[in-house]
Amino acid sequence: MRELICITCPMGCHLAVDTDARGEMKVTGNRCLRGEQYAREEIFNPKRVVTFTCAAVLPDGGTPGPESNLPRRVPVRTTGAFPKERIPELLGALKGMTVRLPAVRGSVVLKKALDTEVDVIVARGIAPE
Amino acid sequence: MEQFDVAIIGAGVCGANVARKLSQYELDVALLEREIDVSLGTSKANSGIVHGGFHDHISTLKARLELQGALMFDRLHDELDFPFERCGILVAALHEDEMRAIEQLYLQGVENGVIGIEMCSRERMLELEPTLNPDVVGGLYAPSGGILEPYRFVFSLVESARKNGVHVKTEFEVESAAREGDYWRIRAKSGQEIRARYVVNSAGLHADTISTALGAERYTIVPRKGEYYLLDRATRAKPSRVIFPVPTEVSKGILVIPTVEGTVLIGPTASPASGKEDFATDREQLEHILHSARMMVPGLSENDVITSFAGLRAAYGGDFYIAPSEKAPALVQVAGIQSPGLTASPAIGEYVKDLLKKAGLRLVEKSDWDPYVRKVPRARDADPFALDTLVAQDPAYGDIVCRCERVSEAEIVAAIRAGHRTLDGIKYYTRAQMGRCQGGFCTYRIIRILMRETGMSFDEITKRGGDSFVLKGSL
Amino acid sequence: MKQLTFDAVVIGGGAAGMAAALELDARGHSVLILEREDTLGGILMQCIHNGFGLIEFNEELTGPEFAQRFEEQVRARNIQASLRTTVLDIREESGLKAVYCVSPTQGMMRVESRAIVLAMGCRERNRGNIRIPGTRPAGIYTAGLAQRLVNIEGYIPGKDVVIIGSGDIGLIMARRMSWSGCKVHAVIEILPYPSGLTRNIVQCLNDFGIPLYLSHLVTDIYGKDRVEGIEVTPIESGALMHEKAFKIACDTVLLSVGLVPENELSRNAGIEIQPTTNGPWADSALMTTMPGVFACGNVLHVHDLVDYVVEEARRAGANAAAWLSGYRPAREIRAKTGSNIRYVMPMRVNPERENRLYMRSLVVKNDARLEVRLDGTVVKSRKLAHIQPSEMLSLTLVPEDLAAAGRDSTVEIALV
Repeated sequence: MRELICITCPMGCHLAVDTDARGEMKVTGNRCLRGEQYAREEIFNPKRVVTFTCAAVLPDGGTPGPESNLPRRVPVRTTGAFPKERIPELLGALKGMTVRLPAVRGSVVLKKALDTEVDVIVARGIAPE
Repeated sequence: MEQFDVAIIGAGVCGANVARKLSQYELDVALLEREIDVSLGTSKANSGIVHGGFHDHISTLKARLELQGALMFDRLHDELDFPFERCGILVAALHEDEMRAIEQLYLQGVENGVIGIEMCSRERMLELEPTLNPDVVGGLYAPSGGILEPYRFVFSLVESARKNGVHVKTEFEVESAAREGDYWRIRAKSGQEIRARYVVNSAGLHADTISTALGAERYTIVPRKGEYYLLDRATRAKPSRVIFPVPTEVSKGILVIPTVEGTVLIGPTASPASGKEDFATDREQLEHILHSARMMVPGLSENDVITSFAGLRAAYGGDFYIAPSEKAPALVQVAGIQSPGLTASPAIGEYVKDLLKKAGLRLVEKSDWDPYVRKVPRARDADPFALDTLVAQDPAYGDIVCRCERVSEAEIVAAIRAGHRTLDGIKYYTRAQMGRCQGGFCTYRIIRILMRETGMSFDEITKRGGDSFVLKGSL
Repeated sequence: MKQLTFDAVVIGGGAAGMAAALELDARGHSVLILEREDTLGGILMQCIHNGFGLIEFNEELTGPEFAQRFEEQVRARNIQASLRTTVLDIREESGLKAVYCVSPTQGMMRVESRAIVLAMGCRERNRGNIRIPGTRPAGIYTAGLAQRLVNIEGYIPGKDVVIIGSGDIGLIMARRMSWSGCKVHAVIEILPYPSGLTRNIVQCLNDFGIPLYLSHLVTDIYGKDRVEGIEVTPIESGALMHEKAFKIACDTVLLSVGLVPENELSRNAGIEIQPTTNGPWADSALMTTMPGVFACGNVLHVHDLVDYVVEEARRAGANAAAWLSGYRPAREIRAKTGSNIRYVMPMRVNPERENRLYMRSLVVKNDARLEVRLDGTVVKSRKLAHIQPSEMLSLTLVPEDLAAAGRDSTVEIALV
């Protein structure tokens, strides 16, 4: 038996994963169906939602300085869970990226990131005054 | 090479008072400070009290200067820009047998000529200070005692001195000095050099090192630590007067101090420090502070603690050591300035001026000496109408950066323009980061304002100079 | 001084303030939001991690997304918000509420209203509050300040990090710092169990192999100009094991040691503050001891999820609207804490209406039962698989549950 804590939502269900006589995986302790799905994924293909920031770039190409009230970073996130072992690679790709203001929430920064089915999108709308 | 009539080594409260005093005369004066800002040594971390003049006998130099200095604060408060209030001092006896010591203090106070000093019954004590332990049996009241913000006092003195021509050189750590004709040639660690005809050694904890570097008397300054707790202004047990216990042989004991800015300070302890850089607080000492302070004011709660800190007293013998050097020419020693050094400091300024005169320094009063500095309005002190007027003059007064101590952006800018370019310097000048959140909310804004006003890069921002860098990288 | 008049004023433009204002607006009342920062959204704007909105929007959002969904509703309804505005004082003047506030563009303003909703949120406890001795070098920050510096300002406060306290912000920052190329050496928790959500232990510590020291106290911070390290001492059976103390070298210490509702304004206005929550006393309508002044969100009590904050804020807004329309509860009965419960919020229930209660457990327990007793008789109970102090509990009482309530009845909530 393997014990897991479901991280799909903040409830944090304590899951017990067992294999029955026929070799089928059996999950208990979950309060919803997502718990079972999480347990399968966590064992065979662990994934995480990745949240990060990219550098904000002003419409004129400059960066917001200390005199401006604009943030220097624009938050971004993956549209879904991303393979855990490839996260460093994804962060490396995002590190050098910029988002030009005005930033539109939901706009795609990275389509099908690293050839997965997951996009990286802008998580905050920012409109320079 | 720059040449001065007088070089003052150390910009603590003594050096600052000497500098301002000398700025009244036609002299070229340099105020040298090894730290990035003034008032960062002993003058920063102490009780902030104008003492009552009864703790020491008038036969001592420190009592004479204390009594004289205490009387000078009203005028200084009028001329300069620092918070000060004569809230009065109480010494509380919790046992009948302590009343004998109270009486001794009273008699000493009377002999010293302290105005208004009185012996108090239990009832009178509780009337003067309702937060006191109801078990108090009696005590002493010195109505002229007061409270002030020591760093603000120093900042203001230095600003006044600078305004009247004194050259302030920070990050000038004196390494060596040698006579060159009628001059001292003074060399800093950074390689910078100046020449001065007279030198005042007011280097506080490091006065012994400086004295040695100048080939003068060899003595040892022993750092003695005093730890404090600072309590939130919302504390229910805030007294309205400074409360002393009955003093012991070694110290004046753990005090309960309503600071002039509305918070409560309790301390100091008195313990040996492991060195002149040992500003660490200790769990047991801090527990001792709480315990002792609660004996006086039982309503004090550890839940109201917002920070703790330690200061170092520059201890040397029992009295102040202020005298012309007997080994080196044109040098005045100002050392061993422990309590009541802050109270005495304005008188020390006068005293040192007289010593320099005796040593041959020619004093010609300036016709245009201006004793006043601009009083920076504080959003915290302004009523709604006054604040409205301030915002109309400068919109930055409407931007409250520090919510806990209600400090506006305008005051932070004023601090930076007055030369305070570190987080601590801005803190001591404005009180931003000094309140209950301890900078949790406002630090990022202060960093932005500092970068905007000075053009500093993020990796140049420090807490208090040296290697105290605040940020270690940029994304 | 500028004079303004609204039916209601909401102090704070975070999730709670916006949710309360929307509710007041929906019921036809004019409302003004006063917000200190230059954007709405409050502290959510720096919480760029995911995990917000599962209850509210049935999807997992980041803090800014959650906040901006509310901001869009506020804008769509043309609700007025005064940004960069600091409230200085709340007063009762000639039977009305007067809020004194200041902004760089408007100067001083006096806003008159008949109702106020307090939604100022909370602040982080700091080193002084938990009295860690040692030196005072650069490199000691609350986790929230570090979060602001990294996520919005784009600066790294330090490279070798130790986190004191296992609160959620600290755990989130452990991951954030790790993803930003820093080394997080340890998380130190004085209690025998973590203070943050379990999922955060898993995805913010376990994923990165960051050790969590439970029942350990930080007994010293050392370093002259910048932090050089900390000393950690294990606690066994309540006693410090000094001989087992060890040091961890680091250049940065982040503190995540709890949150405190920001009630200085409320306190100065004479509103009674509860020692259990550090928030205002509140009746069944979330009204404080100052009639017409309501409170919601983290200023009332510290919540674990923003979804619960907005639920509570909507109630506060709706109740403030009802108050403005003249509704007063006919009677209220006392809600009190029974065994293993730290607090119940609100502290009164209205037997004629539906009452939603939030509470916090004092214990970590599996297979617990939450019981509601009306004058000693169990009128409702619920099984809970797992409870811990870091997770809020909730329950709803309907008029039927309280049918037997008399004038002096008391409802007791207990965990058994």
